[in-house]
Amino acid sequence: MSLIDLANPTRFLALAARLSPWLALVTVVLLAAGLYLSALAPDDYQQGATVKIMFIHVPNAWLSMFVWGVMSIASLGTLVWRHPLADVAAKAAAPIGASFTFLALLTGSLWGRPMWGTYWEWDARLTSVLILFLMYLGLMALWRAVEDPTRAARAAAVLTLVGALNLPIIKFSVDWWNTLHQPASVMRMGGPALDKAFLIPLLVMAVGFTFLFVTLHVAAMRNEILRRRVRSLQMMQARAYQGSAPSGGATSQAVGAA
Amino acid sequence: MTALGALIRRDIRIALRIGGGALIGVLFFLTVVVLMPFAVGPDLALLTRLGPAILWLGALLASLLTLDRLFTADHEDGSLDLIIMSRTPLELACAAKALAHWLAAGLPLVIATPVLGLLLNLDATATGAVALTLLAGTPALTFIGMIGAALAVTMSRGGLLLAVLVLPLSIPVLIFGVAASQAAIVGPLPFGAPFSILCALSLVSFVIGPFAAATSLRNGLD
Repeated sequence: MSLIDLANPTRFLALAARLSPWLALVTVVLLAAGLYLSALAPDDYQQGATVKIMFIHVPNAWLSMFVWGVMSIASLGTLVWRHPLADVAAKAAAPIGASFTFLALLTGSLWGRPMWGTYWEWDARLTSVLILFLMYLGLMALWRAVEDPTRAARAAAVLTLVGALNLPIIKFSVDWWNTLHQPASVMRMGGPALDKAFLIPLLVMAVGFTFLFVTLHVAAMRNEILRRRVRSLQMMQARAYQGSAPSGGATSQAVGAA
Repeated sequence: MTALGALIRRDIRIALRIGGGALIGVLFFLTVVVLMPFAVGPDLALLTRLGPAILWLGALLASLLTLDRLFTADHEDGSLDLIIMSRTPLELACAAKALAHWLAAGLPLVIATPVLGLLLNLDATATGAVALTLLAGTPALTFIGMIGAALAVTMSRGGLLLAVLVLPLSIPVLIFGVAASQAAIVGPLPFGAPFSILCALSLVSFVIGPFAAATSLRNGLD
């Protein structure tokens, strides 16, 4: 089954219905294993038990960027190939990505309280994640501002791609701004120098959260397709009610017409 | 080439005549700067320290305010459809419109900076540095903002959405604009490093802006 076959929403719905329980099962197993391993992980000699916030915080932060990547690929699908499911995928991913970003900020600030003595520090990473969060919210506002889903999809696709080009620039400038104002960074977690006792639970949690995203994303895409069908059915009904030209009942929407 | 020249001349003329509203941006800039001392107090030393930041924020907000003029008027009277259908590539037409908008609305902000610098107790070096960074940075604000203007032109209540979409994207310009001004006034850093990054941001926006704006105009208006 290729991507072209999935352009048919009915086929996608059937496949999603078959896959969803398995995806949910894998997610639950991985997250349970990850949480168990995180509980077993030793305390850090400096940070104590608070280091375990990392096992939730880092996967959320990684997904906040990963979801924007997924949306960018979907946006290319919308603009270049006009794939009818691409805009459904992009729209369904945005609120999930915003939630992961918000959770990354929240856990980061909860971690910051015992470590830095403050809930908010204008640390480079926190700041760039905050800007990412603002961009997610702007994107969702754009989706809600246009009534016609296909036109909203193309506008959002342009913004997503511009955002994807700009995010590295924003990240770089925030890093630069931060080092200028704050020569000694308070953040002292070394990525590759992480001990194996921490690394394995972290990786399991990261894979588990990624599966969580895939599960939620497939479910949200199903909901979005059904929502569009309801919308086009309602519009057909309204048109039939008016009695004016009910013959052209099928709307031009690819998803709705299926 | 003559078509683009005509487009630039026409846009500047419309912007500067009655009903154009390009110079309202300068008035807004002046008002924001005048409001600042009321918020932070008339302490001249503090105003000197905050001066570059205040001027940059004022210019950012003023250029944002005039952005929705970029396509709205043309969309309302139908000339935007003519521009889209004409033989000139839409990307070049967008770039020409943005250039005209910057000449009519962005350049006056740079020219007004020395006067506003006086109000904020900035000396000649500081004022010159801020004006120079604004000269290098405001084109980036216009060309990035054009993307938001092109997205917002087809929507009702597009103006507020435009601000929400464009402001996060203009953070790098703000960072390097203020950093370069500070570097010229007090900073241990050389002026050249942040200033050249600011110029680079402008150049990048010349490439991204017209293409993204043209894509969203083509998709939004059919």
